[in-house]
Amino acid sequence: MSTSSEWAVEAHGLVKTFGSNRAVDGVDLSVRTGTIYGVLGPNGAGKTTTISMLATLLRPDAGTATVFGHDVIKEAQIVRQLIGVTAQFASVDERLSASENLVIFGRLLGLGRAEAKRKSAELLEEFSLTEAATRPISKFSGGMRRRLDLAASLIAQPPLIFLDEPTTGLDPRTRAQMYDTIRRLVATGSTVLLTTQYLDEADQLADRIAVIDSGRVVAEGTSNELKASVGSSTLQLKLIDPADVEDARRAITSVLGVEATIAAEPGRVAARMTNLDNVTDLLITLREAGIRLAEMSVQKPTLDEVFLTLTGHGVDETKEADDASKSEKVSA
Amino acid sequence: MSATSMTTRTIDPGATRSLHNYVNFEQTVRNSFTMAYRGLLKVKRTPEQLIDVTLQPIIFTLMFTYIFGGAISGDIAGYLPIIIPGILAQTIITASVVTGVQLREDMDKGVFDRFKSMPIARIAPLAGALLADTVRYLIATTITFITGFLMGWRPDGGLGGVVLAGLLVIFCAWALSWIFAFLGVIARSASSVQGISFLILFPLTFLSNAFVPVKTMPEWLQGFVNANPVSHLITAVRDLTGSGAITGDLWLALLGSAVVVAIFAPLTVRAYMRKA
Repeated sequence: MSTSSEWAVEAHGLVKTFGSNRAVDGVDLSVRTGTIYGVLGPNGAGKTTTISMLATLLRPDAGTATVFGHDVIKEAQIVRQLIGVTAQFASVDERLSASENLVIFGRLLGLGRAEAKRKSAELLEEFSLTEAATRPISKFSGGMRRRLDLAASLIAQPPLIFLDEPTTGLDPRTRAQMYDTIRRLVATGSTVLLTTQYLDEADQLADRIAVIDSGRVVAEGTSNELKASVGSSTLQLKLIDPADVEDARRAITSVLGVEATIAAEPGRVAARMTNLDNVTDLLITLREAGIRLAEMSVQKPTLDEVFLTLTGHGVDETKEADDASKSEKVSA
Repeated sequence: MSATSMTTRTIDPGATRSLHNYVNFEQTVRNSFTMAYRGLLKVKRTPEQLIDVTLQPIIFTLMFTYIFGGAISGDIAGYLPIIIPGILAQTIITASVVTGVQLREDMDKGVFDRFKSMPIARIAPLAGALLADTVRYLIATTITFITGFLMGWRPDGGLGGVVLAGLLVIFCAWALSWIFAFLGVIARSASSVQGISFLILFPLTFLSNAFVPVKTMPEWLQGFVNANPVSHLITAVRDLTGSGAITGDLWLALLGSAVVVAIFAPLTVRAYMRKA
């Protein structure tokens, strides 16, 4: 059933072509009201183009999309009253101060002079920008800009918020703050549609995730469903004595029941983890066999692997692969 | 980011709001004035943007008067009634070019993406920019007149004639700025707007009666100069300031401006809407 109150976004067969490049090639999305929906994909996958069409910034070449039941083309002006958009690059006026920006946006949205000032002060307070309120934005850090940008999207208290790569370029602490903010938005009744390049981010935030590649949705589901389709994490071991590699491999085969891979680097062994409890057994077995570990780490499925599994090809840009394959290391 | 204020607030569900799919005239005007306010705030923040309407008229008035005054009119005092309207027209048309350049710069910034995603009149960013720029024209006009006055210019048209002349020039500059706004909307970059605009600007201002008497020019050129609306504007300003007389040139200048607006305003708005 699809009533306008149940679905914040419903898109069917969205297409956008730039010249000969089909940036978005038949995207279907359904975002349930009151949830966080993640659109995951590498640069150039069509994430921003998709959001732009849903946010009335771009006209789709084909397909339909509605926001709370309102058509994004025929009822664009209504849709604009229901959405807040935080684009990838700060959509604020660099030459004005933070509060001047917010007051102008507030006035444009129909607030009176005093009301716009009050709202601006309230949002600046909420996003810890009060002290920087009158400073020129050109002196703002990346995190401050992001916060201001998000604050600007919330002036009209829109029920649907688009966040295009909200944490790209943020340091880990600011990133965690942004996660909190996004969760709080949903707690107050908003619906959030965000794009990200990081599986981990979609995993932490999104109720449902659409994986998008070359303008198509290649997988859709909850984070658990997606991860199950991608496969398990990998256990990475480095042995103190490289001569033990064969023994370690045999132990892995017998305890974990999987074939270990021996890396080119001396003493390095990797194995798929299908059952975490068995890992404990493996470690005990290794100790009993006198095989000593120099390093142990668990590598989660990376965006690269998601893509490899789902599309049969990896992420092209090496930078993204690096970002995504940050493994959690435990040195022993 | 404090958690307190946000959790106390709840968002109205999207499906229960009553909304309209159009922007009425009152909102359009209000949005345009807010955009004009934004333009003025930016000027306040970066006052160096005002150089072309503050320092330039002073320098040009001094320079042209002392260079050409003796040669053309025999002395400085005699040249002032001729050159002040000329400089005024030139300064203010140059200032109207800046409208197009700044519009282009503005449209390239991320903030325009936000304007596009907001439920505001689509035309407001454009109308606001052109509205804000009339303040720049007012500054340029005032400074040119004051500079002239300090140099000894005593317009016989009196204060009324001077004020009327100022308003005429500001209106014509606003009309011309639609040409440059159009270029601003369709051009690829701010520097190309500047390049193309100056190609239009120089013939318009120099091939006029702004600096030298038309009869000293070759005959083929006189034809163009006499047809140039800028010449009519300058003559109208000379008449208004010199004697307070409203002449046919004033009506021709107004007509020329009206034609420019009638052609370029719809063109600009259409091009802008297609992009916005």
